[in-house]
Parts: sequence; C-alpha cells; structure tokens
Amino acid sequence: MSLKENRINDFVVRFANVNGTGSASANYLFCKAIFRMGIPVTPKNIFPSNIQGLPTWYEVRISEKGYLGRREGIDLMVAVNPQSMTADVASVKSGGYFLYDSSKKLQAEYMREDVNYIGIPLMEMCNEAFTDARQRQLFKNIIYVGALAALLNIDFSVFESLLGEQFKGKEKLIAPNIKALQMGVDYVHQNFKYPLNFYVEKRDLIGDKIMIDGNSACGLGAIYAGATVAAWYPITPSTSVVEAFMGYADEYRIDPVTGKRNVAIIQAEDELAAIGMVIGANWNGARSFTATSGPGLSLMNEFLGLAYFAEIPTVLIDVQRSGPSTGMPTRTQQSDVLEAAYASHGDTKHVLLFPSTPKECFEMTSDAFDLAEELQTPVMLMTDLDLGMNDHVSAPFEWNVNKEYKRGKVLSATALDKIEKFGRYLDVDGDGITYRTYPGTHPSKGSFFTRGTSRDEYAVYTESSDAYKRNMDRLMKKWETAKDYVNAPQLYQEKNHSKICLIFFGTSQFSSEEAMDILRSQNIQTDALRLKAFPFNRDVEDFINAHEQIFVIEQNRDAQMRSLIMIELGINADKLFSVLNYDGMPITADQITRQITSHLNLPNN
Amino acid sequence: MTYIRPKFRHPELPKNKLGYTISYYEGALSTLCAGCGHDSISAGIVQAAYEMNIEPHKLAKLSGIGCSSKTPAYFLSNSHGFNSVHGRMPSVATGANMANRDLIYFGVSGDGDSASIGMGQFVHVIRRNLNMVYIVMNNGCYGLTKGQDSATADRGSKNKSGNVNLFQSIDLASLAIELGATFVAQSFSGDKTQLVPLIKAAMNHPGFAFINVISPCVTFNNNVGSTKSYDFVREHVEATATIDFVPMMSEIKAEYTEGDSKMVKLHDGTYLKLHKLSQEWDPLNRLSAMNAVHNAREKDEILTGLLYMDPDSGDLHEMIQTSDRPLNTLTEKELCPGPEVLKNINADLR
Ligand SMILES: Cc1ncc(C[n+]2csc(CCOP(=O)(O)OP(=O)(O)O)c2C)c(N)n1
Ligand code: SF4
Ligand SMILES: [Mg+2]
Repeated sequence: MSLKENRINDFVVRFANVNGTGSASANYLFCKAIFRMGIPVTPKNIFPSNIQGLPTWYEVRISEKGYLGRREGIDLMVAVNPQSMTADVASVKSGGYFLYDSSKKLQAEYMREDVNYIGIPLMEMCNEAFTDARQRQLFKNIIYVGALAALLNIDFSVFESLLGEQFKGKEKLIAPNIKALQMGVDYVHQNFKYPLNFYVEKRDLIGDKIMIDGNSACGLGAIYAGATVAAWYPITPSTSVVEAFMGYADEYRIDPVTGKRNVAIIQAEDELAAIGMVIGANWNGARSFTATSGPGLSLMNEFLGLAYFAEIPTVLIDVQRSGPSTGMPTRTQQSDVLEAAYASHGDTKHVLLFPSTPKECFEMTSDAFDLAEELQTPVMLMTDLDLGMNDHVSAPFEWNVNKEYKRGKVLSATALDKIEKFGRYLDVDGDGITYRTYPGTHPSKGSFFTRGTSRDEYAVYTESSDAYKRNMDRLMKKWETAKDYVNAPQLYQEKNHSKICLIFFGTSQFSSEEAMDILRSQNIQTDALRLKAFPFNRDVEDFINAHEQIFVIEQNRDAQMRSLIMIELGINADKLFSVLNYDGMPITADQITRQITSHLNLPNN
Repeated sequence: MTYIRPKFRHPELPKNKLGYTISYYEGALSTLCAGCGHDSISAGIVQAAYEMNIEPHKLAKLSGIGCSSKTPAYFLSNSHGFNSVHGRMPSVATGANMANRDLIYFGVSGDGDSASIGMGQFVHVIRRNLNMVYIVMNNGCYGLTKGQDSATADRGSKNKSGNVNLFQSIDLASLAIELGATFVAQSFSGDKTQLVPLIKAAMNHPGFAFINVISPCVTFNNNVGSTKSYDFVREHVEATATIDFVPMMSEIKAEYTEGDSKMVKLHDGTYLKLHKLSQEWDPLNRLSAMNAVHNAREKDEILTGLLYMDPDSGDLHEMIQTSDRPLNTLTEKELCPGPEVLKNINADLR
C-alpha cells in the first residue's frame, strides 16, 4: 500500500466489541484522550437491544474542523468481535486499517487486498501478564487503546491523568491499567511503522467546552429548573434522563438539616401512570416531569389531551428512537414529531422544543418548565437517542444567578381576596392564558373543578355549544400567544443571500452545517435556519417565504417536519424538498449533500 | 347540566368546631338518577367531613370517569376537584399527593373505573400505600355507558336486559387485603350509620384507606336476579361490627377489650370503637380478615364494616423519605444548586 499524504485530526475509528465485556470504558478513555488533546471528537455508540453477548460498535470521528456529525467511511477498524468480523472487514474504507487480535490466525476470508492489517496478540499478551479472568478480559481492551496511542500519536501523559482521575480513591487500579496501555504501545513500537498516515496532533480547539450526553444534561436541567416530582417507566433511550436526575438529586436535593429529600421520584407501573402522576403533581403546584420514548408517548396520548384541554402544565422529555412499534429500539430517529405535535384525540396542538446539544438539553429542559407553567399546557422536549445517549462536545452549562422560575399566572390567597369572582377559564388579559389556583390556597375562594369535559369560564360543566366553542377558540388564541413565548429559531445569516435554504432541527444540525460547507465548496450558496420550537415562531414563516427552494432535513421516512410546516404555515408543497435519513444511524453530511444536489438544476444555479 | 343549590338555609343549623354548618360541605346539585346509591354515599361524605371538622380547601377530591366519578362535583364545593380520565385517578392522586403532603386526598371511583380499565393503577396505588381515601361506588355495572356488566358483577347475577353474567367476579375488598392495603372496609350505600364512621376513620388513616361501597344502580342493575340490587344487598348484608369513630380528647384512657367491644387506638390518639359481631375476626390481623371475607362469601353474605387495618403503616412519603415541607412550597433557594455548583459540574466534564 502506498503511503498517501498524511491526514491530521481527520479520520474515523470504529471499535467492534461484544457488549458486556468492559469495552465501553476503554473506548471512552480513547475518546476522552483526544478531547483532552484539544481536538473536536464525536463518539457514537451503536448497541443492540440486549444485555450481554451481542455485537456493539463504538465509532469515533475526529475532526479538526469541528464537524460533530457522523461521517461514513471507516479509516481504522478495531475488530475484537469474531461474531461481526465479516461485516467489520467489509466496512473499512479502501486503504484503511484493520486492527485485530492475532492470538488466533486471521482466516483467509477476512483478507482484503486494499486494507492494511495490524495483528496484535491481545489475548496472548493478556494471559501472560494477568492472572485474574476478569482482568484478562478487561485489559485486552486497554491494550488496544495503548496500541492506538502509538499508532495515532496520542499523548501518553493524557492517559495517565485520565486514569488518575478515574481511579481517584482506588489508586491500586492505576498501575495495572498503565501497564496494559504500555504493553500496547510497546507492541506497536516493536512491530509496526507508526504513526499511521492519519493521526492526531495537539490543538486548542476545545476551549472551555465540556463532554457529556444529552440525557444527563436533561436530568441536570430538571434539577436546576426546580422539578420536585418525577414519574417514569423505564424505556431505552430515555431511562438515563431519570437516572441522571436521581443521581443529581442524591447530591443536591437532600435537606442538610433533616436529611430528607426535596424530591419524589416514582417508578410508575406504566407510562399512563407516569404521565398521570406528572399531571397530578403539576396541578398541585409542583414542577414535575416524565421522560419516555415513542411507545411510551403513544400510551400517554389520552392524558396529554386532558392536560391540553384542562390546561395543566406538563413536561415530557421524549428521547426519540426508531419506530414504528418497538422498531429499532436502540437506534436513533426524529420520528415522533407529528405524534407529539398533535398528541391525543380531538383538536389538540402541543408545544415542542428541539435541542441539539447537551447545553440546549440543559437549558431547554428548564425552558420547558417555564413554558409549561406560563402557557399551562404540555411541553415536550424532543431529543433523540443520538443526542441523549452519546457523549457530545458542547459549550458549558450556564445559569444566571438572577434567573427566576416563571411560574405563570397563579393566584395567591391575597390576590383571590381582591377579586370579585374567580373564573378559572376566564380570559382576563386577552392573551388566552387564564389564571389558576393551587388546591389549599384559600378557604372559600379559588376552588374549582378540573375536568376533561367541556365547561364554562367558571369551570362549571356545560354542554352548551357556545361555551365549548368559546373555550376552543380561546385555546387557539393561547396557541397564537405561544408563538411569542417559545424559543426563536437560529438563523445562519443576517441577510438572506440565496434562493435556496436549509431547515433542520435537533441532531441533524451538525451534519447539516457540514453539508453547507461542502455545498459552498461546490459554489452552491445556501441560507439556513435551525428550528428550536413548535409552534413555529413568526421568524420561521418569514424565512420560508423569502426562499424559493426549501430543503427540510430530518431523520424519519415520512418527512414529518415538512408536513408540519405545510399544515401549520400553509406552504406550497412544491417549494419544500425533503432530505431524509431513516436507517437508524445519525444522518451524515454526505447523505444531505447528495440528496440536495440531486434536486438542484446545477448548471443554471 | 349542573344545578346550583338554592342558597336559603335554616338559620339554626348546628355548626361544627370550625363554625361551618353542614351546608358548607355540600356541592352542586346532583344530576344522577333519583335513587342512585352514589348520591347516598356523597351525602355520607358531606356528613363525615362536617363531623370531622375538615377545612374543605385542605382536601382535594379526585375521580376517574363514570356516574360514580361525577360525584365529587356533588360534595365539598370549596375543595379543588379533579375529574381525570377513565381508570387513572390513582396516578393523578399520587402525583398530587407527592406535590403536597399536607392535604387530604379523597378519591372516588366506580367498579368499571377500578376493576377493569383502572385495575393496574388500583393495584399499584395500594402497593405504594399512598395516603388517601379511595372509595369505589360499586354497582356491578357500567352506569354511565348504560348498564353493561362490570368485572365486579357476580357470576350468575342477572342484569336489567336479562343477561346472566358468566364470569367470575373480582372482589375488590379481598384483593385490597391480599395486596397489603393498610385500611380496608366494605359498606352499603343504604347504611349511612355504618358508612359515615368508616369514611371518618378512612380520612384519619395515614395511608391507603379503601372502602368498597355497594351502591345500587337503580336504572340498570336494580332488578330481580341482580346481586347488586337494593333488595338483594339488604337481605345478604352481614356486618363485622358496628363502628364508632371516637375523636381524640375523649375520656378514653387505654385500649381495652370488653365483651364484644374492641377499641383500636389510631396513630394520632383517636380510637375506633368496634362492637364486634363476629368472634373469630380480628381487624388488626390480615389473615383473620381474609378468612372472615372468604367465609362470608361462602355463605353468600356480603360482609360489611371495617375488615382490616394497620394503624401504624408508613405511607409513600415515609418510604421514599420526602421532606416534611410540602414539595410545592419549595423555591429556587432550596431547589436550584446555582451557578457556582454548575462551574464545578462543568469542570468535571472537561
Ligand atoms: C378510555 C375510555 N373508555 C371508555 C369510556 C366510556 N366510559 C365512560 S364511564 C364508563 C364505565 C363506568 O363504569 P363505572 O366506573 O362502574 O361507573 P358507574 O357509571 O357505574 O358509576 C365507560 C366505559 C371512557 N370514558 N374512556
Ligand atoms: S345510571 Fe345508575 S349509576 Fe348512573 S346515575 Fe343512574 S342509577 Fe346511578
Ligand atoms: Mg359501576
């Protein structure tokens, strides 16, 4: 194989492991080391819906340019899973590398002419150096990380400090880890030419950024936002939201005097109960949320309709995965958009927020509580498996000292004393948002009956068509008000300079931004907008109207966001082109560029 | 339609300790069928709340969907009410209770609402020993959808259309005891003298208090051949004991058993005085309660009264150690760790 020019900080490494073998922490160590070297890095876990024994992959993209989306084409495959070997060999880029355990001879069927093979007898080395069975399994992973350090020029001292932090208090474990790493380094030094023709070089591109998964950021956001009641039912990929919330609650929600907990976390019997609890707690004046994924959202529909119609704040974090039904439960997708937007029977519309980084997961979780209470309605945070369960390089979390919770229009006992007659659904301010009271506020004023059936302005049951319609129209007015409350979109240009534009949201952001650069390099200028919320803020409408050809980039089959734009903004279908990916893997810039250019009449453009 | 009750009241109605007359505890005029058992239970709730000197705004009433679940509109109009969705009242009550442990939670459900669509939530709210009163107004049918058999209809019972129920019935009271409910009682809407003290005791119980009240549906299930008709129930009712709720501050000094009488000391110093009618039965013993219910069923009797209680059970808040201050009163100050802590969190993520 001829040596092509060297590529610095721009390649993809994929690890093929068996789940349950301790590979995750070794792979993370590799990724974190690159992050510590100041280089943008983006890891993706590709894992089965299974606990032990099936193939898992961990894919790490290193990108000096800061492209955090997934990229196709594997430059280096670390293949330690015999089960997936055939597919793993096939997925290496021509001219790429294949690192394997050479304790056993690699069978001829795995040999490709255009791939470079790096055999390291991981198992043999481990068996020689370690006696304990579990250690033998674990350190096999650490040895290959050591080998990568040599092959890719990773600063060894970074590993030393990372291990020092990881095993603080358990210092005994540091030495064997260092030993295993060193074994990998030495083996490469003795047997191969190093570094490879792609490798890393220290940079200062990370600054004060952090690395964390979106679900933990949501959990922390809920702590900061003052959530006190969480109810949930386990489902991948949302489980770690509540687990993170629990972990942070153990730290920050124990009353220092009594030792009791300023939080109630209930693992419910199902998602119906979980959302019911959330609604009950919010009705009673506590900030409460649930986290779920597609199947859970489907179950929660009836209750979401109640919360919409009875106007009870509700926060739901939907970590989307591949549907329909159980679909591909451990793969990502943005395919709950329409279901969430119109959840439940009857005329309903729900506020949605679309974070795309951990920082936004943190902030928008907090926004969701403010919006839910200000608008007295369900607010759903639409994240996805990619954002929720993978680590992301993100701007650090911020919290303003002066930030106050926006609890919305709630009447106190003194406020009630000043009113002649309290009307729970009386639109006093003309914005469609009415005043509510918490139970227990006042001995004789402010009580009302909450129900999902029609009622008048004073919450009295009625089947009067007029009263019903008045109420439905007021809810629509509130929806209009919501447009000014929700997060404005991110515009990528001050003034539009193209007839073509891209619209995207959530985790499609990274690959879309990269695609814009690729298109620019082909002399195709595009404007762009990132949606952050539904209902669409008025800026969205203006932006769309200012363009002729609009590409809506999303990760589902049915172009759900495109439909939502058509339905809600009345945009002509001819103007809206879909750029889609729905194979369960995060969308890539190549997929986006390919689909966009296929629609462009290039010579005339 | 909801009718507003005429305001005029007899000026000399007696007042309770809070200075409220019983009318203060009433709700909107009922729209249920005349003679519906559910209305008698509502009246019992009004009476119990009045006698217990409950501050109505310190009580929240919750229900599912059904004729029975409509009743919270017909009592305690100064309490917040929540008519939720079919079969899901327990979860809403759970969330509400977690938010504010200082209110009394009063749940009303029907046999369809609890024994069919809501069975899952019924079972799990018992497991959690949520501090609430849970009344099932049990008529053996779906009143609001016009009389279909419910899961509590007895096998062989005939409904108004003449259909005989083929299926085994679900006995909610024995199920509740089996599941470890900490207060289980059974009563009959036509027996207010028994029902009112039971409701009072239930409100006083610091955990899950379940009362299964047989409540005939006069419109769809009061016919000959129905085992939930007024006539049938009157003929087959058998009480465990007559019951008095003895408030604190009474002259009773110690727990004693005298003849058929048993005093049960409650967690807050109040007493339940039971004039036992059955010798073998001990209300503080779960096995004995189970036996009593089963024996009665063998004899085609409907055993009413207090069946079982554990006066000192720890409720959900106690189990999960939530703070004594209601969670809905905590503010940014107690809840938000603030920017300094966030700086450290960020640092740990680099
Ligand atoms: C999800 C759902 N399914 C069905 C119904 C229709 N429905 C209303 S009340 C009811 C049965 C009520 O029976 P029960 O709880 O015994 O109350 P009752 O009217 O007998 O007091 C049904 C099936 C509904 N409201 N919601
Ligand atoms: S239908 Fe039956 S349960 Fe419903 S109100 Fe009439 S009598 Fe009562
Ligand atoms: Mg019924």
